[in-house]
Amino acid sequence: MEEALLLARVQFGLNIAFHILFPSITIGLAWVLVYFRLRYEATRDAAWLETYRLWVKVFALSFAMGVVTGVTMSFQFGTNWPGYMNKVGNIAGPLLAYEVLTAFFLEATFLGVMLFGMNRVPGWMHVASAAIVAFGTTVSAFWILALNSWMHTPAGYAIENGALIAGSWWEVIFNPSFPFRFVHMLLASGITAAFLVAGLSAWRLLKAPDDAGARGTLRFGAQLAAVLVPLQILAGDQHGLNTLEHQPAKIAAMEALWHTEKGAPLVLFAVPSEEKKQNDFAITLPKGASLILTHRIDGELKGIEAFKDHPPVAPLFFAFRVMVGMGVLMLLLSWGSVFFIKNPPRWLLWAFSGFTFSGWIAVLAGWLTTEIGRQPWLVTGILRTADAVGDAGGAALGASLTAYIGTYTVLLIAYMVTLTHMARK
Amino acid sequence: MNAEWLPLVFAALMGLAILAYVVLDGYDLGVGMLMAGAERAEQDLMVASIGPFWDANETWLVLGIGLLLVAFPAAHGVVLGALYLPVAAMLVGLMLRGVAFELRIKAEGWHRELWNWLFWAGSTLASFAQGLMLGRYITGFAPGFGYWLFAVAVGASLCGGYVLLGATWLILRTEGALQQKAIAWARWGLMWVALGVALVSLATPLASETVRHKWFDFPQVFYLMLLPAATLAAGGWIWISLGKSDWKPFAGAVAIYVLAFAGLAYSLFPYVVLDRLTLWQAAAHPSALKFLLAGAAIVLPFILGYTVYVYRLFGGKTRAGVYEH
Repeated sequence: MEEALLLARVQFGLNIAFHILFPSITIGLAWVLVYFRLRYEATRDAAWLETYRLWVKVFALSFAMGVVTGVTMSFQFGTNWPGYMNKVGNIAGPLLAYEVLTAFFLEATFLGVMLFGMNRVPGWMHVASAAIVAFGTTVSAFWILALNSWMHTPAGYAIENGALIAGSWWEVIFNPSFPFRFVHMLLASGITAAFLVAGLSAWRLLKAPDDAGARGTLRFGAQLAAVLVPLQILAGDQHGLNTLEHQPAKIAAMEALWHTEKGAPLVLFAVPSEEKKQNDFAITLPKGASLILTHRIDGELKGIEAFKDHPPVAPLFFAFRVMVGMGVLMLLLSWGSVFFIKNPPRWLLWAFSGFTFSGWIAVLAGWLTTEIGRQPWLVTGILRTADAVGDAGGAALGASLTAYIGTYTVLLIAYMVTLTHMARK
Repeated sequence: MNAEWLPLVFAALMGLAILAYVVLDGYDLGVGMLMAGAERAEQDLMVASIGPFWDANETWLVLGIGLLLVAFPAAHGVVLGALYLPVAAMLVGLMLRGVAFELRIKAEGWHRELWNWLFWAGSTLASFAQGLMLGRYITGFAPGFGYWLFAVAVGASLCGGYVLLGATWLILRTEGALQQKAIAWARWGLMWVALGVALVSLATPLASETVRHKWFDFPQVFYLMLLPAATLAAGGWIWISLGKSDWKPFAGAVAIYVLAFAGLAYSLFPYVVLDRLTLWQAAAHPSALKFLLAGAAIVLPFILGYTVYVYRLFGGKTRAGVYEH
């Protein structure tokens, strides 16, 4: 059982982590494409059309990656976590089905018009198709984040014969952490897309310095990032306060605060030790954590020791710091480039090229933070992860895991190689 | 439970979603398998003929499985638990096929050839795995070598069935030399399907007593025989109209699928897992089903509407270069 649990978690975690890479790009990039397409409609400047045509190729490939990994997920909900469906299926199921009905068909169908219909439909219909696809990706994020947030902060349910049913669907969907998580993820996707656009454009400019289109998109990407990153820091702060209210154990572990105290220090770096219940090699900022989390210098924060169930400290502590660290670097790069972006020097082009997939690192670290932070629960206070695992044998799980890892490796390499090749052509 | 009709409505919705998937992605997968017998320029045309549709077609699978998960959670666990490995194989196949749409054009050098090959391999793997799943499902996941052999035979038959759909789709969407090729492929596909359907029809009643009673007890056996008779007629209609009509062979192939599906549904009803779980035993709580039904009633007409719009928009013969982006 232990082994099956571990394999089920590794397999699902791998799949969901691989999947989220692509929606992170497409949700934001879809709206960027609407903008490019509208600029062409407004200016009739062929350069905008060229820009649109190039980036729609990137979008199509990213979207296909998202679709095929998403189809896999729709099967794994049931195969890997039957206990989940037994306990909360009456709530999770309809939310997932609404995603299929209101988002997947819409995106998939109008993507066809967007990709192949330019010469078959009037200009306004083509713009509308791009907007419908973008709207579909956002609606998709709405439903899946409603469900995910509900697992963190369940609300609006009743219990009947040991299983959950919805009392109020409104409260289920708009559960306490949903608005924060939804905004946080949409901004994350916008930032991921912004750095992808800037990064591939910079990569192009390293080879073809006079490409006016690439100069334009580099500038666009850098400026979009400069706007969105500060907004994200604000949204992240609010999300953190919401987590402190509803999942204080997660915050304690994220900050590696072992003991309840007033005026708690901010641990900048440390190696948290679960056995000794303390931090080794800690570098701290006095009163920092209280200031950030309670917005008061001597505010009280609950320590890990105060909670019977708490998530593993070290992975959470580090994942959170990777995310925040990426955010700081993104802020520095996007704002630092402001004065140079009109005539970008080569070091800046290299910097943006290096940051092409930086959004992925931040998104993965962020999701690891929030998902590990919910452990040992699958649904906070209602269902433990260990109680949701299925009875698929270790052998079946192992064999399929091997097949998935092989496939994902091939797909990821092919995706990244193809994008960088396209940018250089 | 006072809402006895809800599981029935959801069984119908789920059945229609799966039938839609099998027919729609069936022609995609069939075209993918037929890539092996085509020249490079023909392959590009073949992929172009399905390019605007495949993504939405595959979404019907997500809806079908989603409805199984949502409406019949107890059955979902049993079915997908028993089919764990074939499902994983199908998913790997669908993944390779799906990204190959993009990568076979965008990759360079030998990578391009590799993705072209993976398009075929992914389509074939997914088709065979789906047939294997069907074969295991209709025998109620019975253990034993014979039952597995039967599932392998169903896997091969479904490949033939998809080849027939793909070939007749190409007859509808192409012209000239490629269309002539497709007509020859359709003849092979039809013979393959005839063998497969006959095999499955004979073996299923032998394998299951429940099914045998449903089909061969008097007096229903007389009017039930209309179903195989109609299937035979549809097959004959395809054979006669090959080379004479562009649309009749495809319509005939769809008819075969609808008839086979109806037969299957009749065999299984009221079970969702043969001899083990009925629709009502496996159904989710009425509160979940009602919430979903309200949404589905509003959204499904829109989905059907814009699906028809897109098929009309991209109707007619596929020509080179039209579907590039």
